[in-house]
Amino acid sequence: MKVLRPRSADEALRLFSENPLALPFSGGTDLMVAWNMGSLNGKPVLDLSAIREWIGIRKMPGGLAVGALTTHAELRDHPEIRRNFPLLAAACAAVGSVQIQNRGTLGGNIANASPAGDTFPALAVYEARVRTISRHGRRNIPFLHMFAGVKKTALNQTELIEAVELPFLHAKPARQVFRKVGTRAAQAISKTVAAGLVWLEKGGAIKEFRFALGSMAPTVRRLAAAEAFLKGRTPSSSAIETAAGLLTKDVHPIDDFRSTAEYRLEVSRNILRSFLGT
Amino acid sequence: MARIAVGFAFGAIKKIQFDPCCPWKDAVVADTKDIPGENCVATIEADQPLLAPGRVMHPMEPILLVAHPDRNKVWQAARHVQITYEERDPVLTIEESLARKQLLRGTDNVFKEYLIERGSVKDGFLEAAHIVEGEYRTPPQEHAYIEPNGMAAWVEENGAIVVAGSMQCPYYVQKALKRIFPGRNIRVIQAVTGGAFGGKEDYPSMLAGHVALLALKSRKPVKMLYDRSEDMAATTKRHPSIVRHRTGLTKDGRLTAQDIDIVFDGGAYITLSPVVLSRGTLHATGPYACPNVRVRSRAVATNTPPNGAFRGFGAPQTLFAVEAHWEKIAQETGLDPLKLRRRNLVKEGSVMATGQVLKESVSASEALERCVARASYEAARLSHASVNRKPGPVWKGMGLALVHHGPGFTGSGEVMLASRAAVALNRDGMVSVLAATTEMGQGEATVLTQIVAETLGLDMSLVRVETPDTAKVPNSGPTVASRTTMIIGNILMKASLKLKDKVAKELGAFPTTAKGLKAAGRKLCAKGPLHFEEEYQKPPEIVWNEAAYKGDAYGVYGYEAIIVDLSVDRLTYEVKVDRVFTSTDVGRAIHPDLVRGQIAGGTVQGLGWALTENAVFSRGSMANSQFTNYVIPTFADAPAMDLDIIENPYPRGPYGAKGIGELPHNAPAPAVVAAVRQATGLLITELPVLPEKICHGMLMKKGRTS
Repeated sequence: MKVLRPRSADEALRLFSENPLALPFSGGTDLMVAWNMGSLNGKPVLDLSAIREWIGIRKMPGGLAVGALTTHAELRDHPEIRRNFPLLAAACAAVGSVQIQNRGTLGGNIANASPAGDTFPALAVYEARVRTISRHGRRNIPFLHMFAGVKKTALNQTELIEAVELPFLHAKPARQVFRKVGTRAAQAISKTVAAGLVWLEKGGAIKEFRFALGSMAPTVRRLAAAEAFLKGRTPSSSAIETAAGLLTKDVHPIDDFRSTAEYRLEVSRNILRSFLGT
Repeated sequence: MARIAVGFAFGAIKKIQFDPCCPWKDAVVADTKDIPGENCVATIEADQPLLAPGRVMHPMEPILLVAHPDRNKVWQAARHVQITYEERDPVLTIEESLARKQLLRGTDNVFKEYLIERGSVKDGFLEAAHIVEGEYRTPPQEHAYIEPNGMAAWVEENGAIVVAGSMQCPYYVQKALKRIFPGRNIRVIQAVTGGAFGGKEDYPSMLAGHVALLALKSRKPVKMLYDRSEDMAATTKRHPSIVRHRTGLTKDGRLTAQDIDIVFDGGAYITLSPVVLSRGTLHATGPYACPNVRVRSRAVATNTPPNGAFRGFGAPQTLFAVEAHWEKIAQETGLDPLKLRRRNLVKEGSVMATGQVLKESVSASEALERCVARASYEAARLSHASVNRKPGPVWKGMGLALVHHGPGFTGSGEVMLASRAAVALNRDGMVSVLAATTEMGQGEATVLTQIVAETLGLDMSLVRVETPDTAKVPNSGPTVASRTTMIIGNILMKASLKLKDKVAKELGAFPTTAKGLKAAGRKLCAKGPLHFEEEYQKPPEIVWNEAAYKGDAYGVYGYEAIIVDLSVDRLTYEVKVDRVFTSTDVGRAIHPDLVRGQIAGGTVQGLGWALTENAVFSRGSMANSQFTNYVIPTFADAPAMDLDIIENPYPRGPYGAKGIGELPHNAPAPAVVAAVRQATGLLITELPVLPEKICHGMLMKKGRTS
């Protein structure tokens, strides 16, 4: 087994370009499972965990930059994250178990591109950007453009995630929600996972509405149709019901051995109804 | 080593080819031609082959075995075997088996059937004011023990085969190996075992046959440890069941007739299905007295891996049905489920469906009343009903169940086992316990030590328990059926009394100090340990007629009432069990903490079966054979528990003890169904009670589908 352990970003990029088949490894919480099942045997491992410059949460103009190797536990407990991005803190507290939160990293979670990634709806409504790096330079990718399908990202070969940028919200939302619906109280994969933000006009009409769902399509989705429909409307029960009906414009849940399409859709609608309904 | 299976459910093997590009020279491959004796894994019958003889009956059936000094190369080699086969349309469900889609067994696919009749159900229905029918279904369940099945084997210089591994029943393994390797000396040693729950009752015999065959062929020690996914996919599960009830009651809710039809899915081979079905059949009426009963039961064949023993052994399936049926009766008649149970439960002198008269240690009523009082059941139900009428985040529900369980083997089982166990005083002044009973986390080593120490008047530190090893301990039968404390404990108690008498005769009194025992050991054990072995003796007053299926099916029963208090999320339909109350009659709690451990563990395992454990089968294979997707409860899912022990002694058990291992698993599922019914108004009759089913039910109620 070949393990490459770079100490700096430069060294990581050099080693990765020399070993383009290497598996980037940070917390390893998902990779170890695949490894144990024998599906990755024989591949070299690019262990990124010693790259200090990619760990931690830093202020940047207009927001925060979260290093790719920052763990869910750090995000969950960080005062600036809790103050400015509470849905992300809540999502990190709902990931797997305390042990997984301690090891798993935000960059690793994104690179793994599971349709059920618990942090993704929060990152989608906060309109995060993923900063990537390769020997050809940096890219700043809007979060929703990060995913190409189940377990597929927009990363080029030998490109790595350096940080996730979180722009501060322009104003405090009137209401916000994070809800994970799993299979049990811990160590659960989401059947649906939701994050929502809403801003209201003085008269009660919706000024802006952002809502994202995970596990409801091959990748995380913002509810573009429902968001557009509700803009400028008062959240009456008929408006809410129409918005709930518009879910299927943006998500396409399936039956699998974790749940049913019917359940995923109805429960996602219930979360939306309850969020907008008082 | 690896086990090669083809992954299709049913069909003939046409050709096996070994890819020449693979370096086969270091590998050892075994097939049916290498089996010196019978190609079978003998349990009740010998119908299950050790290696598939030209055709497969289920997708995980082993065809070839490969051993290699390098673990990675085993897998490489396994990928270079090509098997050509002719697949036939498999029988995958109970319905398909009953419809004889293919004939897998005899002329009707039925492995075994039973019929119990008492009185006349026809007359009972004529007398009834209410007749209520219902159908109840339960899924397979995975044991989820700590370590997967694993076994090692080697051949001694004298030709003896030795196998060691994780197991419940060393003498079952020995018996199976004797038919595969006739004429050989077979020694079986239990390695440290972390849980079994029935899942290491029959499968270890298969695994032992595989490793022994390769050890014999390669003349090297061979080890085979399943990983979790292979273990879940290949080894036994709880039998899935369909149980139908037709019940007659008087106007005030007294039972006049119980007509019950049971079908269990046995899987591809008979293995333990007849005895699992027998226990399920005998518990099917619940702990209730009904003058007119008919119970008809069948176990049928399907092209899925054989189902097997699992804590409760058929009783949880049939008790789920009878207990959930009270909710159906309540729904249709308006009668109260608690009052219905009070009216019908068994008391001293009650007669069971087999004609068994319950003479002693009958605690159904006491268990029910104590549990109802501790949970403030009636007040809590009223308060929940008022919560459910108002808006809020959850609906609340409380449900109860009352169950019994006959400890020890069914009917003449214990007589046929004729279990033996021994105690011995050794030269070093220690007393040994010699039994094939296996410790697997349940605490038998502690409890048997206690019984022997108590009987001899010794401190527990002066008693040691010998490793279960067929070369060292007598055949005490399997470690199953809630029988260890009650049956083996009793045999050891008798043996201890003989030892005590003998030593007292020689020395005037039995010494009770370490010093005194050392002196006794030196004096009396110069030529070897002073050894007293006893065999199970059936109490003469317990009478069972196997042919007529009548009489004392079990010497006694344990009883448990359970109350489950839960919340159902109104947005997500997730069920959270908030509190569980149990009142459990164990006869006598030899070790109260271990008894509470059994009750708490059995309860959580039962809640898993009731709520989250959804084994998904596709073409006869388990599709979710990982802990990620086969969802057992974690510690975070375990509710607060109030565990109330009732001690109503059984005079034929050691110090009054009755078995406890399985009883707690019988109770939770129907109580969950009752509680979910109070919370949501939905009576869900098929386990597990997944949020998806509640969601679907609520959408149907609203006349809406997504």
